[in-house]
Amino acid sequence: MEKIKRLSKLFFNMVYISSFTFGGGFVIVSIMKKKFVDELHWIEEDEMLDYVAISQSSPGAIAVNCAILVGTKIGGFPGMLTAVAGTILPPIVILSVIAMFYKAFAENTYVNMMLRGMSAGVAAVVIDVAVSLCIKETSKKNVLNIILMAAAFIAAFVFKINVIYIIIVAAVIGLVGALINRKEKKNVID
Amino acid sequence: MLLIKLFFAFLQIGLFSVGGGYVAIPLIQAKAVDSYGWISQTEFADLVTIAEMTPGPIAVNSATFVGMKIGGFAGAIVSTLGCILPSMVLVSLIFFLYNKYKGLPLLDAVMDSLRAVVVALILSAGISLFKTAVLAGEDDTAITIDVMQLLLFVVSFLILRIKKASPILVMFIAGVAGIVSNLVIEALL
Repeated sequence: MEKIKRLSKLFFNMVYISSFTFGGGFVIVSIMKKKFVDELHWIEEDEMLDYVAISQSSPGAIAVNCAILVGTKIGGFPGMLTAVAGTILPPIVILSVIAMFYKAFAENTYVNMMLRGMSAGVAAVVIDVAVSLCIKETSKKNVLNIILMAAAFIAAFVFKINVIYIIIVAAVIGLVGALINRKEKKNVID
Repeated sequence: MLLIKLFFAFLQIGLFSVGGGYVAIPLIQAKAVDSYGWISQTEFADLVTIAEMTPGPIAVNSATFVGMKIGGFAGAIVSTLGCILPSMVLVSLIFFLYNKYKGLPLLDAVMDSLRAVVVALILSAGISLFKTAVLAGEDDTAITIDVMQLLLFVVSFLILRIKKASPILVMFIAGVAGIVSNLVIEALL
């Protein structure tokens, strides 16, 4: 009973998030973080960030990938199906309706005004999440990670390098850093 | 037969779009416009606009749109399932491996570095969204700021940080404020 309650909560939260989240994978991921980490405390923040990294570097839509990970974490295989169903239901319904009269929708002035206003709100949500995460990440005072963070930002924002490459390079650097660290520790013990 | 074709076309799109929506768009074009001629180039351009105007991942939105147009509701369902099936298999597998090896010092160190990178990527996405939301002109030589949009952004941001308000509520109110402010400005001019 407890499990069904949790799954239904997962489902409705996913439907809610997916219905109102405009503007790409990182927006929905930011909102999932707020919901499942900050509000419901179902997932640890570090784990959520791992999910984002995995979602970003796996095939398919980031929102769906992240729903798969969050769902599996919360309720195993049934949780995964529940979370995915909740995530894709709103776009299926909305697009099915809009596919029939999309010209009228796309050219509607009020729809456009609303979406333009929402874009400001969406940017605020994502930057808010990013600022909180940045403050936490820098307060850990891990020099390698702070450098990686700055470099990744420049690579993504200034040079528009594909995020997959950024993630792969960072993983390699992280691995090499960890290996060097381990060797140094061993030497100290020896 | 058509449903099977739809399923496999979107299965390939789901499988090869690593890195989100903007990678999926050219793949969808290659399949739905160039290979099968399910939709025209103009319809495809409309599709991209609509996918961006509506909630949900672009790949899922496109699958539903193309499926609906050529195969009705069954087409929409089949295309969408095709599009998410590769993720469900592969990401579940990765989750299994992640959980199994979590706690290994080396993997933890790598994930720790990736977390820092993810933070940077979210910030980068946020600033790009900010630019699209607040800049008015698309001219490269002169930057024109949409003051109303900037105001909406600042107010939304402050409410989120200080009041810890629900992000969806903030987005929705920003949308309504967008309509109201436009109408007020029109009435005044």
